[in-house]
Amino acid sequence: MNSLSRLSAIVRKEVRQLSRDRLTFGMVVGLPIIQMLLFGFAINTDVRNLKTAVANEANTHLSREFIAHLGQSQVADIRYRVASPAELTELLRRGRISMGVHIPHDFDRRVVDSDRAAVQILVDGSDPTILGVANQLRSMPIGFDSALATPAAAAAVAVRPFYNPERRTPVNIVPGLMGIILTMTMMLFTAVAIVRERERGNLELLINTPVSSAELMIGKVIPYILIGMLQLALILGVGELLFDVPVRGSIVDLYLAASLFIAANLALGLLISTLVKTQFQAMQMTVFVLLPSILLSGFMFPFDGMPRFAQWLGELLPNTHFIRLTRGIMLREASIAELYPAVIALAVFTTVAMTLAASRFSKRLD
Amino acid sequence: MSDAYAIEARGLSKHFGSLVAVDKLDLAVPRGRIYGFLGPNGCGKSTTIRMLCGLLTPTAGTATVLGIDVPGDAATLKARIGYMTQKFSLFGDMSNDENLQFIAEIYSYPRRDRRRRIDELLERYDLADRRKQLAGTMSGGQKQRLALACAVLHKPDLLLLDEPTSAVDPQSRRDFWAKLFALAEAGTTILVSTHYMDEAERCHRLAILDRGVKVADGTPQELKDDTGMHVVEVLADDPFAAQNVVSAVPGVVSVTQLGIRLRILIPDSIAEPAERIAAQLEAAGIPASTALTSAGLEDVFVAVTLKPKQAAA
Repeated sequence: MNSLSRLSAIVRKEVRQLSRDRLTFGMVVGLPIIQMLLFGFAINTDVRNLKTAVANEANTHLSREFIAHLGQSQVADIRYRVASPAELTELLRRGRISMGVHIPHDFDRRVVDSDRAAVQILVDGSDPTILGVANQLRSMPIGFDSALATPAAAAAVAVRPFYNPERRTPVNIVPGLMGIILTMTMMLFTAVAIVRERERGNLELLINTPVSSAELMIGKVIPYILIGMLQLALILGVGELLFDVPVRGSIVDLYLAASLFIAANLALGLLISTLVKTQFQAMQMTVFVLLPSILLSGFMFPFDGMPRFAQWLGELLPNTHFIRLTRGIMLREASIAELYPAVIALAVFTTVAMTLAASRFSKRLD
Repeated sequence: MSDAYAIEARGLSKHFGSLVAVDKLDLAVPRGRIYGFLGPNGCGKSTTIRMLCGLLTPTAGTATVLGIDVPGDAATLKARIGYMTQKFSLFGDMSNDENLQFIAEIYSYPRRDRRRRIDELLERYDLADRRKQLAGTMSGGQKQRLALACAVLHKPDLLLLDEPTSAVDPQSRRDFWAKLFALAEAGTTILVSTHYMDEAERCHRLAILDRGVKVADGTPQELKDDTGMHVVEVLADDPFAAQNVVSAVPGVVSVTQLGIRLRILIPDSIAEPAERIAAQLEAAGIPASTALTSAGLEDVFVAVTLKPKQAAA
């Protein structure tokens, strides 16, 4: 009974302080919305309008038609017309263009012969995404009207895009972004909330009162669980309204998965708070976890494409498992039970981090 | 026996690795009195206080606080002691009223009496017209009064104060001590650590700690009567030159300069110390007046913290 009233005193104190800390309070609401707007609109893996220069040495009817066709494809945005391939290389080196199209003087004959490539495309291959887009151009038909068109060979492999037939990036990004935003706020807020109390000396006072360390830790964490749920609702709302990202599976499952994930991050935040001495160090540690959570979790790059050791690292991050859950539930209409390996991983992570944090927290007093 | 004492400790020691923070400390703090811990920074004052309230586990020794063995039932003990930290440790972004409310809640102070108790404390500690002010925006003296109000809210039998006045002006310190005496009068035992001599002087009893060892224990008067030293005061126009001469006088243990005065400690086994020193100064041709005077607490402190060095020499 007393324990419950102490717990509620700590929760209410925490909420009161949070509501007075305008910046933090603004971050709770503003951060998810701003990040959603920013990344939702900005990140686009479906690349279009590559800056392009053309060196048309053939200058025939066919080659001009080809260039017009290229411009209409939206893949290339033709900015320059130059005389020689050397100038293409030059523009490429200066970073003025991403793609240079060289049409040799015997273009028409090459099209008819069709045993040699008719067109050469020079690409800034340092960005693999651009290279990938340029490769799509290989399947572009070239021909005198349709009669002379080289017959496109029937594809041996047909690809049917499931779950995101329009190939819209936000559909892939938003479920992952949920994990990133929650990682950032949950982990950082918890770690900072505790370290700040230690820095200000509040903790020295509190450990001399009848408040137990369990009451203190739970009391500090509860407001952030609620904040996490609020953020999740905000992200889902913005995702639905602006980016038309569906929630095909059960919303209950999604919140269950989020609860698990929030618990994992809060445990990690608590653990960080026991490892560092200042708020600044807490922030550094958060960034240390956050970067791999973005790069190695499957959020930015497909998990399967990563080298084995990076996959192992990725498996250690809660975000990796959460992204599997959210993409599964939101996009593929999977149930949380079908995604049980990720659920188990998150549960194990939380237990381990919490145990470590609790053991270090009590040691701190001695 | 244990009814007369709020704190009894025997052979209390705390080691941090190879560092001995507190070494075989014996302590008996009478109930309803103000007991002072005097010593320089790092002498083991805070460590001792933390062991007594169950925050640190002693490496060796036993202690009984308010009849409870420590470390033992820390939860019961914490409900009966009040603790005031060296640094202001309440919540700066909450008002005085909210801070007191919070403390009342975590000490489970009876709900229907809370309002009355908080109003009483705000009144007593001159914070009644600042109840809505955020604690962080107050002056050092006001913060300290709030901290004391929070520490005594649950009516503890024992109050532990760890250098409570280190960030406070002299006037606020006087007021603060008046409040402490009122608390002691009402039956609260107070253990206060300090490195101010004038504060130590006000305590009913005093223990002087030096590098983890208790080097003196008694009432301030007993300690002053019992230094085993003569105190000689020299008034000289050129105190620096006089100091050189006096330091060379056989038996002189310590010379402290205070403006144009020198305070000299010399063992009381030496007869006529003032005359000896006067003779040396005259021989050196330094004009000065010399007189025997009574020991102050500062002299006691110098005398007892010098002893171990002498023994080693």
